[in-house]
Amino acid sequence: MPTPTPTPPTDEPPGGETRPTAVTGTDLKASAAPAGKPTPPRASVMRSRPWIAFTFLLPALVLLGALVVYPIVYSIFRSTLDASGTGFVGLGNYVEVFTDDDILTAFKNNIIWVIVVPSVCTALGLIFAVLTERVRWGTAFKLIIFMPMAISMLASGIIFRLVYEENPKQGVANAIWVGVHDTFAESSAWPGANPRPNSELAKSGGGDYTTKSTVSASDPAHLPLVGLPPKDVADAAPAKAATPGKSGEVTGTVWLDFAPGGAGKPDVIDQKEKALSGIKVEAVKGGKVVATAETGGDGTFSLPKSAEGSKLRLPAANFAEPYGGIEWLGSTLVTPSIIGSYIWMWAGFAMVLIAAGLAGVPRELLEAARVDGANEWQVFRKITVPVLAPVLGVVVVTLMINVLKIFDLVYIIAPSQSQSDANVLALQLYLSSFGAGSNQGVGSAIAVILLLLVLPVMVVNIRRLRREARR
Amino acid sequence: MTAVSAAKPDPTAALKSSKTSPPQQEKKTSIASRLVTVTGHWAVRLGLVVVALIWLTPTAGLLSSSLRSPEDISLSGWWQIFDLNSSFPWVIDASQLTGSNYESLFANELVTGSLVTTMLITIPSTVAVVIIGALAGYAFAWLEFPGKDWFFLIVVGLLVVPVQVALIPVAKLFNVVGLFETTPGVVIFHCAFGLPFAIFLLRNFFAEIPRELLEAARLDGAGEVRLFTRVVLPLGGPAVASLGIFQFLWVWNDMLVALIFSDASSPPITVALQQQVRQFGNNIDVLAPGAFMSMVIPLIVFFAFQRQFVSGMMAGAVK
Repeated sequence: MPTPTPTPPTDEPPGGETRPTAVTGTDLKASAAPAGKPTPPRASVMRSRPWIAFTFLLPALVLLGALVVYPIVYSIFRSTLDASGTGFVGLGNYVEVFTDDDILTAFKNNIIWVIVVPSVCTALGLIFAVLTERVRWGTAFKLIIFMPMAISMLASGIIFRLVYEENPKQGVANAIWVGVHDTFAESSAWPGANPRPNSELAKSGGGDYTTKSTVSASDPAHLPLVGLPPKDVADAAPAKAATPGKSGEVTGTVWLDFAPGGAGKPDVIDQKEKALSGIKVEAVKGGKVVATAETGGDGTFSLPKSAEGSKLRLPAANFAEPYGGIEWLGSTLVTPSIIGSYIWMWAGFAMVLIAAGLAGVPRELLEAARVDGANEWQVFRKITVPVLAPVLGVVVVTLMINVLKIFDLVYIIAPSQSQSDANVLALQLYLSSFGAGSNQGVGSAIAVILLLLVLPVMVVNIRRLRREARR
Repeated sequence: MTAVSAAKPDPTAALKSSKTSPPQQEKKTSIASRLVTVTGHWAVRLGLVVVALIWLTPTAGLLSSSLRSPEDISLSGWWQIFDLNSSFPWVIDASQLTGSNYESLFANELVTGSLVTTMLITIPSTVAVVIIGALAGYAFAWLEFPGKDWFFLIVVGLLVVPVQVALIPVAKLFNVVGLFETTPGVVIFHCAFGLPFAIFLLRNFFAEIPRELLEAARLDGAGEVRLFTRVVLPLGGPAVASLGIFQFLWVWNDMLVALIFSDASSPPITVALQQQVRQFGNNIDVLAPGAFMSMVIPLIVFFAFQRQFVSGMMAGAVK
């Protein structure tokens, strides 16, 4: 063998070029076999009688036979019976599987899972593995990404229920989203504040409030609001009556017309009443905004002379409820959200396998290509990826099989209202078989379908093994 | 995991960065292009730090939530233990942290009992899979018997059979023999479904034992049993360790099998917590420490035996 490492060649075309250590073999030869001993002994050294071999095999055969092989046969049989398990329905259960809306949703979601998860995980794994290769703390980074693999789906589910919690004061996803949203969209100063009924301020459509009469510079406007809990204004400064503008400005005060203990008089700025700062005031004349101002710390505002004779309007934006963020686990986003948590768990798997493959990419080849003037992207595309192809294949296939069986995460993360939107085959199988109003005929049919879906991989595995055995 | 193929490199290589330094380019490069390279490296590093933080955040949230009082949890987000507006945003405000959630959890017999049940399921099934798998793996590697190749092909085929296929039939079977909703039933189930991988892994490893070693032992008069326990098992150490870790983590973390087959009066920790998830929202002070507690042992095992974990994974399987 040309390589110094004792690596058995696999399904390489005969006479093919050297394979890197990382991407060969199904077994652990490299660690145990001495170099120069290409094939394991086929014939046994031990001239033992078959019954001894069967004694060694017996426990495994019994367990596999009773709990794995027999169930496959029984599931196929059971899938042709009705819910009670007495009447024969032929393919009736399969017809139901392909017509029931909930189960069709499960199919649709499973397809999304099987496409999205392997591709995203593999892409992330490849990026992480390549980028960390030359970073000194790459090992620490990899451990962080890889760690979720040790955690149960249940714990991950609880972790992500917390992440996706809708209240932005509890769920970090919405906290960040709302934070980003609010830096771009102005947030309201005093959500929930509103004028007293029948006061000077009246509703003027769209949540705005407008004064009934016009204002003038000589008479500072009093714009009292109520409807805020005292603790919201605990830090606010006391309200101050505005003084008439010296050179024709229109002035006024916006304040919370409520003194603790009920001592205050309506529409009068009493001593303990608090100012409402940061409220936008618009002067409207003939349906047009002629001037705007914002209240200061003491609740006063001052509009230019042009506001004389206009009506004052407090736009709805002052009082809008705060933006609540995204419904991550609502019916539309629940599947993508759960997929996100799965990627969090399994990107590390792809990364570690790919990193091992990368370690086997022959350095000399890379450097030769660089010396020949190839840039990094060309080196990656033309050397690294082709050499990694078998590993990438294994990662994708493995993830596909795992994702096909996804159950725990969906069961834990999806709240009951959106569970049917997040439905997947394995969850439907569980619900059909053991849930309320169960029909084990349908459950068995789904089990058989799952088995059929992994059958191609089973065949590929067996064929690969036979090919290796023949060598 | 399942695909039979998979790489078989040095498991240490997977987690460690390559030690070879980047090739020194002797070519004359313009200052501009060198600047691009340097900033590019910094951008990459920064990007990796951001990714690592994103990956850590969910777990940090769970840990932080588990250490805050129910009042704090309902009032503000778990990140409030950091004062994000101060000049030291990474300093943790320890006054918000309390161990009382854990105290009440450990005072709850249902919870401590469920941890015991988890151990009672995990340890026996791990030991059993290793022993039964090693016996069969040895037979497949070194003993001669009719139909050997066919049996092994079947085992390889069974590697990818989804657990779900067995739920209904085994539930029926266990009902008949009285194992349904018992801890031994769960153990046996996990054992059976761990076997294809166990046999596959160990057979491949055992087959690499040098024939001369076995022949020498045979000449010394060792019988089958002695050969197995004194030569094969000790030499198979690394593979046995990988297998043991895998089986341990898989069974410890399992919820589906336990949900159906475990004893309702003493469920393992995953099932006990799952019952709490239904009221998610007002019981975070129970769920968060519970989930964290269920993670501690797998994480210890994982960090202590990374190497074996990775090499087991490479050998072709995680369920």
